[in-house]
Amino acid sequence: MNWMYLVPAMPFLGALLLVLFSKKIGKTGVSLIGCGSVGIAALVTIVAGLQFMNSGLQQFSLPLWNWLSVGNFNIGITLHLDALSLAFTFVITFVGFLIHVYSTGYMAEDPDFARFFASMNLFVGAMLMLVLADNLLLLYFGWEGVGLCSYLLIGFWYKDPANGAAARKAFIVTRVGDTAMAIALFLLVQHTGSLQLTDILAKAPTLWTTGDATVVTIAFLLLGGAVGKSAQLPLQTWLPDAMAGPTPVSALIHAATMVTAGVYLIARSHVLFTMAPAAQATVAIVGAVTLILAGCSAFVQTDIKRVLAYSTISQIGYMFLALGVGAWSAAIFHFITHAFFKALLFLGAGAVIVALHHEQDMFKMGGLRKSLPGVFWIFLIGSASLAAIPFVTAGFYSKDQIVWLAGASAQGGAGYWIVAVMGAFITAMYTTRMMLLVFYGKEKTHVHHRPGLNMMVPLYVLAVCSTLAGFMELPHTLGHVTLLSDFLQPVLPAVVTEHASTALEWGSQGVATLLCLAGIYIVWRVLPIPFPREVKTFLKNGWGFDAAYNLLFVQPYVLLARLNRKDVVDRLYVGLAAITRYFHRMMSATQSGILRWYIMGIVMGAVVILSVIIWRQYTV
Amino acid sequence: MITSTTAGLVLAGILFTMGLVSMLIRRNLIFMLVSVEVMLNAAGLAFIVAASRWGQPEGQVMFMFILAMAAAEVSVGLALILQLYHQLKTLDSDEASKMNG
Repeated sequence: MNWMYLVPAMPFLGALLLVLFSKKIGKTGVSLIGCGSVGIAALVTIVAGLQFMNSGLQQFSLPLWNWLSVGNFNIGITLHLDALSLAFTFVITFVGFLIHVYSTGYMAEDPDFARFFASMNLFVGAMLMLVLADNLLLLYFGWEGVGLCSYLLIGFWYKDPANGAAARKAFIVTRVGDTAMAIALFLLVQHTGSLQLTDILAKAPTLWTTGDATVVTIAFLLLGGAVGKSAQLPLQTWLPDAMAGPTPVSALIHAATMVTAGVYLIARSHVLFTMAPAAQATVAIVGAVTLILAGCSAFVQTDIKRVLAYSTISQIGYMFLALGVGAWSAAIFHFITHAFFKALLFLGAGAVIVALHHEQDMFKMGGLRKSLPGVFWIFLIGSASLAAIPFVTAGFYSKDQIVWLAGASAQGGAGYWIVAVMGAFITAMYTTRMMLLVFYGKEKTHVHHRPGLNMMVPLYVLAVCSTLAGFMELPHTLGHVTLLSDFLQPVLPAVVTEHASTALEWGSQGVATLLCLAGIYIVWRVLPIPFPREVKTFLKNGWGFDAAYNLLFVQPYVLLARLNRKDVVDRLYVGLAAITRYFHRMMSATQSGILRWYIMGIVMGAVVILSVIIWRQYTV
Repeated sequence: MITSTTAGLVLAGILFTMGLVSMLIRRNLIFMLVSVEVMLNAAGLAFIVAASRWGQPEGQVMFMFILAMAAAEVSVGLALILQLYHQLKTLDSDEASKMNG
């Protein structure tokens, strides 16, 4: 495991090579380095992961070097491997590798091929630093690194000003959360004197009692960071616009990995959240509200990528709900299955978009079942997993676990359960609508390009994963397999169930399944669903959050900026400069070049100095 | 009562002032250089007078220094004036006022 440092180092090295030598190595070279670096990282992760599991260690840390040390406060560049970070690392490198391979096909025509892969490699490296960091400062480094790469890749086609605006929006909105998180780090340093994750989690119970104001504040601030990064209410507005980037970027950054960093952060600091019940309840409420709001918005979108974006927000809402009710490993389980099937859906959507010559409007698609059969089956598998079709899909098992625990866990309740079940219903509805619009009906745009093998193979692998990944963890009623939760046990405590019984669990599964099938049936029968147009526009614009933020924050800011156009504060400094320049002109006028004036000046100076000296002699 | 010391210092003062005034009113660079010499010798005279007043040799030593320095100054000054004359074809110091701010 000592060469585990290769996991984050390889993508960083790849990014560096691509930046330096992109001109010399050609497209094949770029593809090889871009995919190879992440591929090696994935292999090393698998080998290191197997060694880690065989070693029986609960955690393993690998100090690389010292970053800063001030008195007793030491920050090292240290990698920390435990079950949680291993799960994340595996998903990031494995799904990341598949998406890189897919990108060699998707981006083949792009003139900025090398820049794309450099940014993607940099992203994977930063994301791996985030999940492998053993202290919060290094985690924050990765956190900002992925934010930067997200910005670079959303604005990848920067010649269109709208893409640049979307990139800036994503960067600025997440920055709001990041600021809260930075304050949380300061508070942690102030109170625990350390940023070491294991230290903090061990010290927290000795420093504070449950519900202490400090720990609640810290937990809320960390939640702020998580909410910004994971596009949850109220900072969710950036993710739909982030779809301006290339589709593989949406798959990797805005579906599979970066947006789940918030889930990772909360799971990582679960001790703090357990000690702050108010914050943990807020996590659950944020998740519950977000999953319904985003699900409704996904239902009326016309752009296929925006459907998937809202669906991602909604699914991360599920993860937050799971975290909020203390079902830590259920959230990680849903993260893993979601990473597989949402990456699959995004890449499938990318294949469709390329086939139709960059057409993203679902109402201009249709009938692709016949012309793109390969993509159709793959998309069907992904959609089935998203809609949680019972028994055969990964999404069913992970979502079912969250639905069940939302009601059954000690912090859960009937309200959460109802919201989760409603969410499953809405998910089934918008997924079916998307399938019907894209693959059924009349063909509206002619397919002119079929995806090549380098795009299809990653899709096949992901399709297999999004089916099989679900069998890591089966509910009590259906076989009772707990591979993942056992594996995560040393890091994340098991969920405490309160009002659980087998009958109730059957009931929960039954209702969820019925609602899912009902959702599919309703949409199948009555598409298009008659909605009042105002409601439709309202939902389509994401419940008016953008308009509200525009009115509340952007407009006043622009107004202030306009009022202050002349820059009031700057006036003082401009004035200082003007006075200085005035005196300078006066002084330079004395430099006439006439020698006798200078002599006169020296004489007058001498006279003055002598007069002063003599005057002082006689007065003292 | 006027002592020899006072008389010497007054003479040095008068010499110095004459040098200074001629320096300020003359425009010919050669004359200005001569005026500088006058002022230097006035200062030297003051040193000698002071040395004889206190019965110390240092004043005379200082005068030696001043002589040496004046010789060096004259040679450098004359060389500069010569160059200036080559460049500007004049010895008028007011004409040589190119270096103004």
